[in-house]
Amino acid sequence: MRRLNPSLVAGGVIVGIIVLMALVSFIWTPYDATFVDPSIRLAKPSWEHWFGTDKFGRDVLSQIMVGSRTTLFVGVVAVGVAAVIGVPLGILAAMVRRWPSEFIMRANDLVLAFPALLLAIMFGAVFGASTLTAMIAIGIASVPSFARVIRSGALQVMRTEYVLAARAAGRQPWPIAVRHVLPNVTSLITVQASVSFAIAVLAEAALSFLGFGTPPPTPSWGRMLQESQEFLFSAPRLAIFPGVAIAIAVLGFNLLGDGLRDRFDPKLEDRR
Amino acid sequence: MPDQVPAIQVLDVVRDYPRPRTSLLRPAPVVHAVRGVSLDVKQGERFGIVGESGCGKSTLLRIIAALDQPTSGHVVVEGTDITRLPERRLRFLRENLQLVFQDPMSSLDPRMRVRDIIAEPLVVQGHPASGERVRELLEAVGLSADAGDRYPHQFSGGQRQRISIARALAPRPRILIADEPVSALDVSVRAQVLNLISDLVDELDLTLVFVSHDLSVVKHVCDRVAVMHAGQIVETGYTGDVYAAPQHAYTQRLVSAIPTLQRALSGATTSDLLATKGEPA
Repeated sequence: MRRLNPSLVAGGVIVGIIVLMALVSFIWTPYDATFVDPSIRLAKPSWEHWFGTDKFGRDVLSQIMVGSRTTLFVGVVAVGVAAVIGVPLGILAAMVRRWPSEFIMRANDLVLAFPALLLAIMFGAVFGASTLTAMIAIGIASVPSFARVIRSGALQVMRTEYVLAARAAGRQPWPIAVRHVLPNVTSLITVQASVSFAIAVLAEAALSFLGFGTPPPTPSWGRMLQESQEFLFSAPRLAIFPGVAIAIAVLGFNLLGDGLRDRFDPKLEDRR
Repeated sequence: MPDQVPAIQVLDVVRDYPRPRTSLLRPAPVVHAVRGVSLDVKQGERFGIVGESGCGKSTLLRIIAALDQPTSGHVVVEGTDITRLPERRLRFLRENLQLVFQDPMSSLDPRMRVRDIIAEPLVVQGHPASGERVRELLEAVGLSADAGDRYPHQFSGGQRQRISIARALAPRPRILIADEPVSALDVSVRAQVLNLISDLVDELDLTLVFVSHDLSVVKHVCDRVAVMHAGQIVETGYTGDVYAAPQHAYTQRLVSAIPTLQRALSGATTSDLLATKGEPA
């Protein structure tokens, strides 16, 4: 009987709840998340509005639910951009000769050394603040971590005897990359994706908070935080709810990443 | 006459590996893995290469299989010099020379089904990779036909090595190179795998190059043997002769280190074997 890994279960449950919340928000939310009702501004939590309302009288719970869509969408696209560029780059760096490989990895280090948030702010300033710009910038900033992890995994695969056997059978380097290297680094890709997802969620919240992310009126957890600033003392719940949502989402993806890493680590195979 | 062309000719092959520099002023240190090895393997011969771990056996095999390039020297396979040939001109070699590796755990791709592993050389070389051919190969190595649907981790070490042998035989090679094919296996299945290789070599009329660190295994399988030590071949001869009357000091130590039933019965212990091994010749 295989013992389930607690991080994997906890992470899976949290991420599952967020995904479910996002899906449900498409068909049902307690109120229209963008509906403004000045008569109930800054209402406290009640049976009608579980999390209360914000300064425009919008329902906070509905906003959190719809905001989870933005969070997931940003995560998926940013991780997608990072993986689509980073994985082939990592495999390429593992397969080419020493100097081209060094060149790729040093260029990678350059991007890694550049602060991700600053890159996103520059993108926002040049291309205009939008969810898409934020996603692409966060994605590009996450490319180096993918490339590094995948390169080291690919180097290990390249040294195995099954790759040698494939070469002896006459397979060319690129088909080897697709048939043997890529399938054998998928576990690394999965782990890196869940960790990068957490970073992307946090980065989007930070960008929206600074005004370089999702523009109003689309609900976003980061912007909800920003809008709550002026009521930090009079209505702290406006900061607490989206803040807790961000923290839980990040925790969930990190736990999932840890759990997946333990699950795929061959050194832990005997313990399973 | 094609029979007179040696299957493999190795001519003064040297392979040096540069190590990372340790000083700005001194040149990078070099590891001499193979130092001027020459040998001939005749068509249909069973040729053994024996030597301790790290003596350059595997490097030599990789050079013969054109998976590595020698620093100097030449390798001629069936009359064609394969040294520094570009991969696109090595098709004849990829079809005619196949390898069986040492570690049955790492020589099969864990993400591929056995039938895809066995069919890989066929697919790559553009042969029809029918299910029929894969079943035929599985049966030839003593596995059931439904083994093709499973993954390597579902097999034991000996069975995996059989899968490895089936893959090597798929493109109907004329030369089979076995790099310590039984050293990672349990003693109980070694004989089975050795006999299988031996039978298949006879049946398919293959040239066999068999590498091992164990002289008794080589004696069981090979007609001729080359003894390798520190990147050089120190002695070559018919297996029986080398075993019975070793000429070189290193070979004498190797032979004396083989545990035999008679010596065990006469009370020899491991420490005796070690003492003999350490003796100057």
